[in-house]
Amino acid sequence: MTKKSVWVAGLATTVMAATLLLFAGSPSVTANDQPSAANAEVKIDNFSFGPQTLTVPVGATVTWTNRDDIPHTVVSTDGVFKSKVRDTDEKFSYTFTKAGTYPYYCSVHPKMTGKVVVQ
Amino acid sequence: MTDKKQDFIDQKLQDLNNDGIDRRGFLKCMAWAGTGLVWTMSGGIPVSRAFAKTMDRHTGKGGDLSFVQISDSHMGFNKPANPDVVATLQAAVDKINGLAQPPEFLLHTGDISHLSKREQFDNVDQILKSASAKDVFFVPGEHDVLDDNGKSYLERYGKSAEGSGWYSFDKKGVHFIGLVNVMNLKAGGLGSLGGEQLEWMEKDVKHLSHSTPIVVFAHIPLWSVYPEWGWGTQDSAQALAYLKKFGSVTVLNGHIHQTMQKVEGNVTFHTAMSTAFPQPQPGKADSPGPMKVPAEQLRTLLGITDVNYVRSQHSLAVVDSTLG
Repeated sequence: MTKKSVWVAGLATTVMAATLLLFAGSPSVTANDQPSAANAEVKIDNFSFGPQTLTVPVGATVTWTNRDDIPHTVVSTDGVFKSKVRDTDEKFSYTFTKAGTYPYYCSVHPKMTGKVVVQ
Repeated sequence: MTDKKQDFIDQKLQDLNNDGIDRRGFLKCMAWAGTGLVWTMSGGIPVSRAFAKTMDRHTGKGGDLSFVQISDSHMGFNKPANPDVVATLQAAVDKINGLAQPPEFLLHTGDISHLSKREQFDNVDQILKSASAKDVFFVPGEHDVLDDNGKSYLERYGKSAEGSGWYSFDKKGVHFIGLVNVMNLKAGGLGSLGGEQLEWMEKDVKHLSHSTPIVVFAHIPLWSVYPEWGWGTQDSAQALAYLKKFGSVTVLNGHIHQTMQKVEGNVTFHTAMSTAFPQPQPGKADSPGPMKVPAEQLRTLLGITDVNYVRSQHSLAVVDSTLG
């Protein structure tokens, strides 16, 4: 929660300094007034993506965090997105602008698969 | 898997019983308490003996060719499972330098680095310079080809290799084939050799006589160790089909950070320990991630593999020994 608040405050600063307090006070609201579900997280634990299937609205930004001791990647099976290798605690984010189903996997450990459904 | 493993253990107990070694003695070996087992291929039938008993025979001066396999040095790894992979790789080199018969060369079966970084490769190269054997033959692990599709690996280790880094060479009548099975991995799949490499391999062995001993080395096991964890290679059956005509085939792999053996007809499969950290036995943990063990136990789970070929016996003896 701390990290999220900092991120929102940072964004607000670049948009309009005068609104800083407003945004910091309600971190789930963005400048575009999108619902809080716009941002979602996937955790990588024990060589698996959790949740394995994630459903988000169009425009959502999904952030993957690697919590394993081993590096992983997040690679779209259809070539839509591809992270660089993510070591322990490193993150990767992607914003989904079109509805659809996006299967993905870890290209280092291809048995690890997941799916983002954008509605 | 458990049943298979039990079968494996039973088989080995049987072998060992023939050598007059009791169950307790065997289990001591299984714990890798600073000892090892010798595997001798003779006419397709494996014979195992306690390391010490055959030391003179197989690691003495009678051997025609001796080499050492090291694997999974994961340079750059610094998590609790082993915060000092430099020290353990150096210990592996010290172990190599102390062998009764100095090896002529080393094979490194991949995951040289943890994150494919230049300084990690540099570090391994520097440490290996202190080995008595100067030639090192590499194949890449998936950790060596991250982000750049293997470009930096190939520039460093694969200048004279084919495709994504495969090659072959001959030493004292033994034909060695280094394969790459960590590239272009598909979602949900296992290790992969790919059509181009298989085609090359078929041509590579075509002209060899049936009596040529073959050693194949690659990172991910070329047999189905535990597909649930990706411990296998989806098109390895095709590669092995090209080797059916040969009387003696030894397949050396890494990737699973523990020793395992399997004999299938003319083929002996063997995986090496890591020099960096152990991984759990198949299915014995939530994931194949690094296994944390008490510090004093770590070096009993890391090690090297010493391989000896005796021409007159037409056999390769494979000896695992731990660092501690």
